[in-house]
Formats: sequence, structure tokens, C-alpha cells
Amino acid sequence: MLRSRQELKDLREKCQRSAQDEVRKILVCSGTGCVASGAEEVYDQFKAVLERLKIPCSVKFIEDGHGVGLKRSGCQALCEKGVLVRVEPEGYLYTKVKSSDCEVIVTETVQQGRHVERLAYKDHDGAVCKRTQEIPFFKRQMRLVLENCGNIDAESILEYLAAGGYKSFEKAIYDMSSQEIIKEIADSKLRGRGGGGFPTGYKWQQVYRQKLFPKYIVCNGDEGDPGAFMDCSIMEGDPHRMLEGMLIAGRAVGASDGYIYVRAEYPLAVRRLKKAIADLEEYGLSGENILGSDFSFRFHLNRGAGAFVCGEGSALTASIEGKRGFPRVKPPRTVEHGLFDKPTVLNNVETFANVAVIIDKGSEFYKSIGTESSPGTKAFSITGNIENTGLIEVPLGMTLKEVIYDVGGGMKGGKKFKAVQIGGPSGACLTEEHFDLPLDFDSLAKAGAMIGSGGLVVADEDTCMVELARFFMNFTQRESCGKCIPCREGTKRMLLILERIVSGNGRATDIDNLLDLAITIKETALCGLGKTAPSPVLSTIKNFEEEYQAHIVDRQCPAHSCEKLKKYYIEPELCKGCSKCAKLCPTNAISGKAKEIYSIDPIICTRCGVCVSSCKFVAIKEAW
Amino acid sequence: MENVVNMDFLEEIVSYFKRSPSSIIAMLQEIQEKYRYLPKEIFPFLSKSTGLSEARIYSLATFYENFSLEPKGKNIIKVCDGTACHVRKSLPILERLKAKLKLEPGAVTTKDLAFTVEVVACLGACGLSPVITLNGKAYPAMTPDKATELLESLIEVKGE
Repeated sequence: MLRSRQELKDLREKCQRSAQDEVRKILVCSGTGCVASGAEEVYDQFKAVLERLKIPCSVKFIEDGHGVGLKRSGCQALCEKGVLVRVEPEGYLYTKVKSSDCEVIVTETVQQGRHVERLAYKDHDGAVCKRTQEIPFFKRQMRLVLENCGNIDAESILEYLAAGGYKSFEKAIYDMSSQEIIKEIADSKLRGRGGGGFPTGYKWQQVYRQKLFPKYIVCNGDEGDPGAFMDCSIMEGDPHRMLEGMLIAGRAVGASDGYIYVRAEYPLAVRRLKKAIADLEEYGLSGENILGSDFSFRFHLNRGAGAFVCGEGSALTASIEGKRGFPRVKPPRTVEHGLFDKPTVLNNVETFANVAVIIDKGSEFYKSIGTESSPGTKAFSITGNIENTGLIEVPLGMTLKEVIYDVGGGMKGGKKFKAVQIGGPSGACLTEEHFDLPLDFDSLAKAGAMIGSGGLVVADEDTCMVELARFFMNFTQRESCGKCIPCREGTKRMLLILERIVSGNGRATDIDNLLDLAITIKETALCGLGKTAPSPVLSTIKNFEEEYQAHIVDRQCPAHSCEKLKKYYIEPELCKGCSKCAKLCPTNAISGKAKEIYSIDPIICTRCGVCVSSCKFVAIKEAW
Repeated sequence: MENVVNMDFLEEIVSYFKRSPSSIIAMLQEIQEKYRYLPKEIFPFLSKSTGLSEARIYSLATFYENFSLEPKGKNIIKVCDGTACHVRKSLPILERLKAKLKLEPGAVTTKDLAFTVEVVACLGACGLSPVITLNGKAYPAMTPDKATELLESLIEVKGE
């Protein structure tokens, strides 16, 4: 239990000395992706190997004394190449590590400092990249928010302290007044990373001015956009960074309680946050009179229950209050009547994670990164049909082309780029013509898109844009909370039309009807989710109208993706008349006589594909 | 399904959350974790404990997708259909699982309560798409064939 500033400083210094002594470290990536690939097994195996070879190993920082530090780190960003393992001080990065590789890593690298080339990352041209920094994927990135993520043990508050943790919080309670904190944040021009890009300093200022107490800090960790996992990585990989931001916010506006709302689908994030919050209590960095000051603050963790709409501010606070997640009409806004009807600062995970850097290094430093109106960095999750999938952080203002080719490594399998969906189901698609568009809040808004939560899903030539629009509409329709009619009924109508089109039953008036509905919903829906629900449809029609036309007029899917528009036929020259396909066909769509050529009735055929895999003579072909 | 609910357990849950109406969602989550669904007997109990009406609690159970009023299978398979998984063809995996488990259209749980197959929006493991989870453990880079293998391995273990 720390009781004063000096005690915190002493502990931090002790941690920093320990970190310096701990020369050798094995960092096993333990983000959701690597855990799925078997990181826990790898971690346990390392422990077993070290024990067997009688190499002193320190699992718990400081307490275990000197030895090889074995750590579960946060996401090391190259999720597809997991399990990732990095050995310090050499900085050698090993990819696709299996339990059976642990021994060689220990005997070669840990004991003798030698590199194991077999496990190294190889770039496009087959060149070996020994260290993380040598990989093209990382060269253009800038790690500010994710600075610690992947470099420290995600479950250890002491390692966070060793990395200079809670220094900004210390500064905020002892050296700065509320007004000074808010001014620093306002001067940095930090904008909300949850999608809207609202100036954070201005929001804090408004809550500060409210006379009603208690006030609340709420962290939105309900990262519902499918294809986005930046917030997840922060909560899993460096939870204290976000908690420190919340503490500083609490100090700035005079709040006494902080609520964190995390998606139920992120069990690992929930576990790490629980641990982090318990550690804060244990060390006296939350609770009553923190570090002997007059500031008291408590954390509360709420798990979501599977409703996308709860990512919307007023729905989220309703859910914390134990109600259905319905958004409400605004004004009054959350800053006046938020959680439990009290003044509330509601920010996203990444926004809070930015706060400590600004307080520590100052707003001038922060403004030197990114663009003038959108300073700082932004984490994106880059996924889909791209070479390097994973978590990235780049300065705002980098162009789309740089992100896709320089960082993302270009299209997977050399396919042709078609589009990138930015901002999930509320966002829009960008095409080749937007390659030079800087990714920042204002430029994207001008192009009719938005950063949203920061999910970038890359689609190649084999992706059908109509189907993608249907996919998003299916998502928003299912997740519509049902409170307002435009969203509840409108999305349903739009989905019906899209389903009709992708199954080959589109009508000539469908595009006009879609546009009509889209504009009505956009203008009349109650909350942000409803208003942006038609965006994917609007942007795909704008950029790929010919694909819609091909489905509707020619009954064809140019991307060869919509199953219902596929036809199977039997190549007469190849068919031997064995009758196997006819026997297996579940709908009896194949007819013919043994030893003669069989044929498929396209009307009865359900395109299940059973016949294709059953034919030894590869006589059944697809036609589009 | 009569008397499936352990009243002491319910009492423990509501006391832990101090019978506070604002913790009702957390209470339902704990109960669902234990029984894998929300048995109907819990509603009058929770209503009495928290002072909320049964209808209010029922409305929460139906609003949030994680809650189920039907018993779920012993093995829960979640197929991710987030954007990243979707563009890397997650739907054929779902179709294969449904076909293998002989699930009728609309049904998510097998009749013998052995399996439940659910679709989720995003599991946050997009780098490994398409992903499915079986009882919380994630299986990366799935294909319909790999999903079949996974099912068969489970059924074999059960049969042994």
C-alpha cells in the first residue's frame, strides 16, 4: 500500500533497477490471437525447459530475483504469424513458435545468444528479418499508445511502473490543477478515438463546469465493430495505460468513480482488467485518498451482454444502470446527464490510453505527430485479404496507399485490390481513387467515410461488394435495438432488397429503392448507429454500381462469390456415367442412366457442392 | 427441468451484488454462466430480491443476445462472422457444422443437448480469420473440413 508520492517514486525506482538487472527476457505474446494459436502451451513449455536445464527463471517480476524473465506480453501485432516469441536483449523475433521449438530457443538464443533462422520472420522476398524493427510491417509504424504493448508483462503493475507508469498520474495529482490538466489535453487537440473525433479537452471542460455531484468517468470498451480489435489489444496488452488515463480524467473533472464497459466476447481483456484493478487497490493507487492526497477514485468493471447498440453512449450508460441498452434523444448530452443522470466523461479505450503520454510529454510534443487538425497516432486493425494482418499504429494523416502497401504489405496472394471497408458497419468503403487520401478525421469525413473505431478490412477482387453490403446490413438489422422506426423497419427493408439481389431475384427499381430508404434512415434515425447504418450501402452503390447492375440485370456475380448465382454443369466429355453424383445429390437434381452422360437440373440444384467433391473424374464444373 | 435451480446459489449471487437493481445484468450473467441458460424459476426470485418487476428482468433477458431462455448444449461452438472472418469465408463453416450436427433451420442446439452452434459478430482474433471457438478455446484459420475433423474428434472422445 503506497501512502505518499515518495513511496510511489521509490517503488518505481526499485522496479526500474530490477528491469535493468533483468537482462534476459523471453516475451511470449499472449494476445487473443496468439492464445488461440497456443501461446499458453508455449509459455508452459518454456517454463518446463528452463527448469529442466536448471536455468533460473523469474516468472514474477522482482519477487523471483534474478533469472531469465519469462513474460506473457500483450499483442505483438503480427497475429497471423503467432505464436510470437521475442528474446531480449537481442530482440530476436520468432514466429509460428510451437511447444517443440522452445528447447532450441532456450539452448541457442537464451544460453548462447545465437539466432535461430528457421523460426525467423521472412519478408516477401524471403529475406530473413531477425528483429521486429527490421520487418517492413513495423518500419512505417509509430508506437505511442501501444508503446508497452508487447514489451512488458501485461499482467504486472510493477512492470508498468518500471516502464514509467503512473508518472503522469503522479504529476496530475501533485503538480497540476484540474484546469491545467484540462488545458493540456485541450491544447494537445486530442480527439475521441471511438469514431466521432470529438475534442476530448472540450468534453472534459464541460463536465468540469457542471455543479452536480457525483461525477463519473466511463470507458467505452464495447468495441462492437466486427473486424476491429485495437481496444481489445490495449485492454489485454497494457491495461494500466488506460486505467491511468481514467484516473487523470477523474482528477481533472472531479469524478469519484470510473466504470469500464467491456464486451462479453473479450474474456481475456476482462480477466486482465480485473487483475489490474485489483493491483491498483492493493498498491493504493485507487480507493480513498490516493497516495495521501485528497483524491479518491474507485473502478468498476461491467461486462456487456451482447448488444452492439451499447457502444452508443446513452445506450452504454443505460446498460451499466441495469437497463436495456436503448439510446435516448439528445440533448441533454452525456456531459450533463450521463450515467445515473449525473455529469459523465465518456471516452473510448484508446482515447484514455493517449492521456498519459500527453500529460507526461506535453501537448507540444503530441501536436508534432499527425496532422494539424488530427494530431497523434491512431491504432488500426488491418484484416481481410491482405498480406500482413494485425494491429498497427500509425501517425494520423498517413495515406491509404501507404497503410495498405507499406505497412500491410499489399494484397494477399498477389490478388487485385478492390476496396477497403473503414469504420465497420457504420463506415464506408474506399477504393483505388482514394489511395492518396490522408487517414485523418476531417479528410475521411469529406470523402463520406469515417475512421470509426479503426477497423480496416481489405477486400480483393474475389469479394462481392453487394454481398459485403448485405453482410453489414444483416449485422445492423440484427443489432438494431428497435426503439425508433426508421432504423428498425428501414434496415429490415434494405436487407430484404439486398438479399433479393444477391440471390438473383433483384428488380430494376431496387437500386432506387435502396437509395431512397438509405437517405430516409440517415436523416431520421435516433442515434448514431441508425444514422450510419446505410453508409456501406450508399458507398458501395456509389463506387460499384455496375456490380449491383450485373446482379440485377444479368443475374451474374462478377466476383464469383454469390453462391446462388453459381451454376453447376456436367462436362459431357469427362462424365463416365458412374452415377455416384446422382446417388449423393440430396435434392435429386442430377438425372441420367448408368454408363451414359448425366445432367444437373439448375432449378432443383441447391448448389451444395456435394457432387463436385464426389466426382472422381472432375467432370462437374462451375459456371458463373 | 423442474427444480434445477439451487436457491442457495441464487441467494449467494444476489447478496454478492447487494441486491442492487443496477447490478441485475451482472446477476443474470453469473446465473447464465452456471446453468448455461436462464431457467424460468429465477425471475420471480430476482424480482423479489431487487424490487424490479419480473417483466423488466425478462425484457433484459430477451434484449441482450448473450442470454438464453432455452437450455444450451454441453459443447458450445461459436462461429465468428465478423467482417474479417466473413471475407475469408466463414459461412461455409457454419453451414457444414449445421449439416454435420443435423440442426434444423432455426435451431441452434442439438436435440440431445450435446452441441449449440452460435454465430458471433467478432471475437477479436481477426488476424487468424476465420475463427471458431469451442467451449471458449479458439481454433484459428478454420475451413469446413477442419471443422468436421474437430467435431469428429469430439464425438470420438465421447464415444470412447
